[in-house]
Amino acid sequence: MDPVLLVVSIMVSATPILLAAIGELVAEKAGVLNLGVEGMMITGAVMGFAIAVTTGSPTLGFLGAAVASAVLSLSFGILTQYLLSNQVATGLGLTLVGLGLSALIGSNYEGQRAPSLPKLDIPLLGDIPVAGRMLFSHDFVVYLSLVLVVAVWAFLKFTRAGLILRAVGEDHESAHALGYKVVRVRMAAIAFGGACAGLGGAYVSLVRVPQWTEGMTAGAGWIALAIVVFASWRPLGVLIGAYLFGGVTVIQLNLQAAGTTVPVELLSMSPYLITIIVLVIISARGSHGAPGSLGRPFHAAS
Amino acid sequence: MIRLERRPQPSRLWTGLTPILAVVLTMIVGGIMFAALGKPPLEAIRTIFWDPLFHPQFAGYSRPQLLVKAGPLILIAIGLSIGFRAGIWNIGAEGQYIMGAVTGAAVGLAFYPSDSVLLFPLMVVAGALGGWLWGMIPAVLKTKFGTNEILVSLMLVYVAENILASASSGWLRNPEGQGFPGSRNFKQWPAVFNDELVANTGMHWGVLVAFIAVIGAYVLMARHIQGFNVRLTGEAPRAARFSGVNPARIVFLCLGISGALAGMAGLFEVTGPAGQISIDFGSGYGFTAIIVAFLGRLNPFGILAAGLLMALTYIGGELAQLMLGLPGASIQLFQGMLLFFLLATDVFTNYRVRFAHKEVA
Repeated sequence: MDPVLLVVSIMVSATPILLAAIGELVAEKAGVLNLGVEGMMITGAVMGFAIAVTTGSPTLGFLGAAVASAVLSLSFGILTQYLLSNQVATGLGLTLVGLGLSALIGSNYEGQRAPSLPKLDIPLLGDIPVAGRMLFSHDFVVYLSLVLVVAVWAFLKFTRAGLILRAVGEDHESAHALGYKVVRVRMAAIAFGGACAGLGGAYVSLVRVPQWTEGMTAGAGWIALAIVVFASWRPLGVLIGAYLFGGVTVIQLNLQAAGTTVPVELLSMSPYLITIIVLVIISARGSHGAPGSLGRPFHAAS
Repeated sequence: MIRLERRPQPSRLWTGLTPILAVVLTMIVGGIMFAALGKPPLEAIRTIFWDPLFHPQFAGYSRPQLLVKAGPLILIAIGLSIGFRAGIWNIGAEGQYIMGAVTGAAVGLAFYPSDSVLLFPLMVVAGALGGWLWGMIPAVLKTKFGTNEILVSLMLVYVAENILASASSGWLRNPEGQGFPGSRNFKQWPAVFNDELVANTGMHWGVLVAFIAVIGAYVLMARHIQGFNVRLTGEAPRAARFSGVNPARIVFLCLGISGALAGMAGLFEVTGPAGQISIDFGSGYGFTAIIVAFLGRLNPFGILAAGLLMALTYIGGELAQLMLGLPGASIQLFQGMLLFFLLATDVFTNYRVRFAHKEVA
């Protein structure tokens, strides 16, 4: 098949997972394990779709999706940070709430078509014969996702705020003793994670499919969580993981379309099987880089 | 200023009170949600919680449904609760439920059209084994490689759904079904049909096994050394290791029990209420059971009550869909909110709320 089309479709299929995973990475770096990524993604998908259809502007759709998912993620934040609930259980609850909420909102939008997102043709670069069409003629969200990866990397590595965020994630007691507002930092990280998941979800419903169907994210949020582990909590690793996963998805879809002798079901389950295998390989090496306070509740005694 | 003060021990009063508080809060917020959807809130709440049991016209049909829906929820939630107590998060019960149904049905169909009385018990064992094996995958990966069981068990749900699809359209398809997907219908095969044990009660073998599981889990957790070890592992992992508890064994025990129970639930469902292996067999019981386990405070008898309540919201939700045109998804949201409010109010169980003036440093 056409290599240009292949690369383009891999990028399209990787972008939602990349967005969700980079947001979750920031939350986990702050010590918060938010298992509600799937719920935030599907909420973003439905809100983005609904807003884009109503206003006719996909850009507003993406914006609305980010805001809606960030607000939803703050409910997780209030529960885990202020009411000190178990993060695993609350994250699962967030996913269940998100799935229900999205199905409820989305029932009016089924079968409609989203306005399409214009492609940005970058001048000069976009005119390069093959690579131009391959890499430089996407919609703005693809570039946004790549910029976010670099921005998160630079933020965590070079800025003071990034250092504080990492300190909070590594050892919240010490960070608290130094006078940093552990809970506030974590709430901000959770909201960022929510906004990114919302963008990712909206990308699924507005660009990748582009339609609304119930449960359409089909586990992408969980795969984003797996990719953060795969990446050993490094932004660049998230980029590699998301594109690898996007590649597997596109290749299996193409094989399905080409009608090989391999059963369709085996191909459809392959992304999930490969995720498991990759997780096993990573964890067999020992999980390097997991933030020290990941998933632990913080309650300042005084 | 409001301050939280950790209780030395979780409050017993609040442990029992929070589920009730959560239900009330869900009713209130749910009512507001229904009002926002343009439905009469009080009527909607009554349709969901009251009418399935007492409506003169519908109760006759819906009352037996209570046990039909509660059976698998309780059976799965009992298994999950044991793992949750130990801090082992099996969230792939849906996959184990599907695999139990597929394995059990496959074993049964291999003997079609036998009318041996031994066949149904054999299928139950096969179903339990199928679920157990599916639960063993995350258990082995966790103990051998330290792989996160949450992600693996969840990924396996999607794998199981694809196996279900291939079974229903391929290797388990009814050879006399004119090419339609779906296996033979167990309801037309008396030897293995998991019929009601008492007419018009909804009581089938699965419900009976669920009740036995409740008692079994109570004995295990409250009276047996393994149950003590499970609780110790969850509450104080270091102390558990020092006292000689093997963490790997606890992982195998917890994922094994929850897998086997979920698998059995799947088998009872496919041979009973569902009737056949079909593409839409996975109905989300495995996920709702997570809510049931928490709502029941991970306590076997609490889970019994929570399972019945959750079954009620399912039936009431269907009724509200029928009578008030309430969207089917709103009940899913309703159930999710229930878990959320429970987790939120749980703060009172572990903390005391103190109103104090800001201290001078």
